[in-house]
Amino acid sequence: MSRPARLRVDPIACAGRGLCAEILPELITLDDWGFPVVQGEVPGPLMGEAREAVRVCPKLALWLEKRP
Amino acid sequence: MRAYESITSPLPSVAARTADQLPRLLPAGFASGPASLAGHIGRYGLPPSSARDWPHRQALIDEVGRSGLTGRGGGAFPTARKLAAVAAQAAPVVVANGTEGEPASAKDKVLLARSPHLVLDGLVLAAAMVGARQAVIVVHHSVREIIDEAVAERRRAGLDGVRIRVVTGADRFVGGEASAVVHWIERGVPTPTRTPPRLSERGLGGKPTLVQNVETLAHLALIARYGSSWFRAVGTAGEPGSMLVTILGGVNEPGVHEIAIGTPVAEVLSLAGGASAPLQALLLGGYFGCWADAGAAASLPFSAAGLAPLGAGIGAGLIAALPADACGLAETARVVRYLADESAGQCGPCLFGLDAVAGEIQRLADGRTSSLATLRRWLSQVDGRGACRHPDGTVGLIRSALRVFEAEVHQHAQGWCCANRPGAVLPVPPRRQP
Repeated sequence: MSRPARLRVDPIACAGRGLCAEILPELITLDDWGFPVVQGEVPGPLMGEAREAVRVCPKLALWLEKRP
Repeated sequence: MRAYESITSPLPSVAARTADQLPRLLPAGFASGPASLAGHIGRYGLPPSSARDWPHRQALIDEVGRSGLTGRGGGAFPTARKLAAVAAQAAPVVVANGTEGEPASAKDKVLLARSPHLVLDGLVLAAAMVGARQAVIVVHHSVREIIDEAVAERRRAGLDGVRIRVVTGADRFVGGEASAVVHWIERGVPTPTRTPPRLSERGLGGKPTLVQNVETLAHLALIARYGSSWFRAVGTAGEPGSMLVTILGGVNEPGVHEIAIGTPVAEVLSLAGGASAPLQALLLGGYFGCWADAGAAASLPFSAAGLAPLGAGIGAGLIAALPADACGLAETARVVRYLADESAGQCGPCLFGLDAVAGEIQRLADGRTSSLATLRRWLSQVDGRGACRHPDGTVGLIRSALRVFEAEVHQHAQGWCCANRPGAVLPVPPRRQP
């Protein structure tokens, strides 16, 4: 059972490649300029996709923040 | 310390006066030039020398907590909490932030130019309170020489237990943001950096760093001398103390003044000689502040709580008066273009979003084809999307303009504007060549 986590984006590192939004459209949409708008709280069933989105980010701009 | 024993006081000591007398920070009367070290000590007395010793350190931080002092750079964060957070860490650094990159604001420059030693006292005391061995002061280039001279004067007198390094600030709007200040000192790059880590955990040279506005430090220097009750003798219960304000635009004598927090806005304007023309609106707080109807704001207290009903705040203490014959939309569009250009360019939504927003509001002001719906969608997409609050502050300014100048928005859409005033009210530096 995974702990609740928040999806966070580093806006400085992010270059708007958009891979995260393709993998996790449930929580990540793109703004008019192609940069991800992230809905923070990750529900359990989407944790796998969230990890995948973090893994594929070419700029390492996305991370999961574990909640204690 | 022996050097000061024979000093005669040219000004009445601040402690001897009643606590509710202003100004506290700026020289009283018409004294010209920066206060000398002798004049400064004559007026305020020596700073307490015990600040470096435990438990005096903790006692002083507690006293600052009781004073209710908050950051005067616009953030209004409780100063004692910042002090405590950094004091809990090993080998911290203290930075006095006098960058004041906002082109309309002058209060930090005036404070540094008139009362440099009060700020330096505060910096040295803050360093003592958190146990820092390094103290840096970042100042606007216009007051650099005054601060260099003041620091040299203190060094000759052997006043401080910590060496003060002076750095000229970056002349950029975002250059004053706390992480940008640290970035600037360290690498000469005036752009904000990402959080986490917080500066209080890892800042200058990787060390825990306390960044405080110079006015905050000046208040701190007085609280350390006279105590929290003295500090709270002016201001409101929730927002105690005095603050510096920059008053400009449609007033007879634009300038910097010291007010008790909670002074009615109309009374604050009268310090600057009152309105020079009928006023329609006031920009409150700064370029990241809010427009407010001049009539609605006049009787309100200049405090965060007092201005909250208008959606406005005190920010870094700016009050810009907009005469009735000026165009609030055109003024806003010009400032927004400046703010968009001043984006550090690091975060996509700020870099591309603010540029798009600036174009749209300029078209709106010019009466060219524009879409209010598009503008509002972009505003919500830009809001809160940067590493620092640059996009948020700009969005707040625009939203208040759309609210306060709502009638003009419709007029401009019809292709007319009733402003007939030549020239601009809000100062904006010339555009840089891209």
